[in-house]
Amino acid sequence: MSLLSFFNRRTSAPVARERLQILLAHERGIVGGKPDLVAQLREEILAVVRRHVMVEQDNVQVKMNRDSDISTLEIEIEIPGPAGARA
Amino acid sequence: MAKVLVVTSGKGGVGKTTSSAALGAALAHGGDKVVVIDFDVGLRNLDLVMGAERRVVFDLINVVQGDAKLNQALIRDKRLENLSLLPASQTRDKDALTEEGVARVLNELREKFDWIICDSPAGIERGATMAMRHADVAVVVTNPEVSSVRDSDRIIGLLDSKTEKAEKGDRIEKHLLLTRYDPARAERGEMLKVEDVLEILSIPLIGIIPESEEVLKASNMGSPVTLNNPASAPGRAYFDAARRLKGETVELTIPTDKKGLFGKLFGRRAA
Repeated sequence: MSLLSFFNRRTSAPVARERLQILLAHERGIVGGKPDLVAQLREEILAVVRRHVMVEQDNVQVKMNRDSDISTLEIEIEIPGPAGARA
Repeated sequence: MAKVLVVTSGKGGVGKTTSSAALGAALAHGGDKVVVIDFDVGLRNLDLVMGAERRVVFDLINVVQGDAKLNQALIRDKRLENLSLLPASQTRDKDALTEEGVARVLNELREKFDWIICDSPAGIERGATMAMRHADVAVVVTNPEVSSVRDSDRIIGLLDSKTEKAEKGDRIEKHLLLTRYDPARAERGEMLKVEDVLEILSIPLIGIIPESEEVLKASNMGSPVTLNNPASAPGRAYFDAARRLKGETVELTIPTDKKGLFGKLFGRRAA
């Protein structure tokens, strides 16, 4: 291992932690017997946006992070350029 | 009053049977009357880990179905007289575990013992759900590794929804037992830290069992690690966890195996 990679290396444990947090936020919705909130939000947001702009299913990302104090909902919609803007 | 404790994890191979045997022996060593029940029907191993494999005559299924009396199936430990084992059946199907039958056996055991430890099989099917069904307390055994943490999260969800206590609207007491932990690797960022796992699973910690050669040595000998080598790092960690289960406040430390100069020089290579 070179000295440079020694200082630059990204350790694997934080990656594990982040992957688990995202995965479990999704899975907890399903296992608790409640409908999958994230999937449902994704469908409905997509339907609303599609009334005005045509977007692909894959271009909508919905992420939910649950904490004991606060939860955040992150929605990212990729909208096509001028050519595909009209539905 | 008797407590029914389930040792569960979802994932296999994380240390449920090792922990059931070690905690059972530690509690019995402290004077409590303890029975450890193997719920892994068809793949029993608690008898082997506790060194009683040649003494099994009747099993849990025989008692559940009324083919044997409880006293005929209970195996008393040869080292600790207040420690008993109720083995699983090796030949029968896990569907033979009926909810009423298990409840009846547990109620009978409640009159004889202080602790009834249910060693759950891996998975989330019948054996696992029956092991947790009537529990008052759960110990969720987790390795600091992604698949184990994910499965533990799933099991915590089941403990909160599918147990008798949960269905009555009570909360089942849940504790995290982190096993095979290597503090040095966690410090180097190669392994999830205690705090990471606690933050993700958000249940209280009952103990940290360090990765150690002593665990395999104990199972080779057919003796719980708390009896085979009580002074070893995992031995002390399990004794501390057992005291916390009894409600004592014990400072949380991660014991290490002390090595002499010879061990320091050659211990790793000899492993």
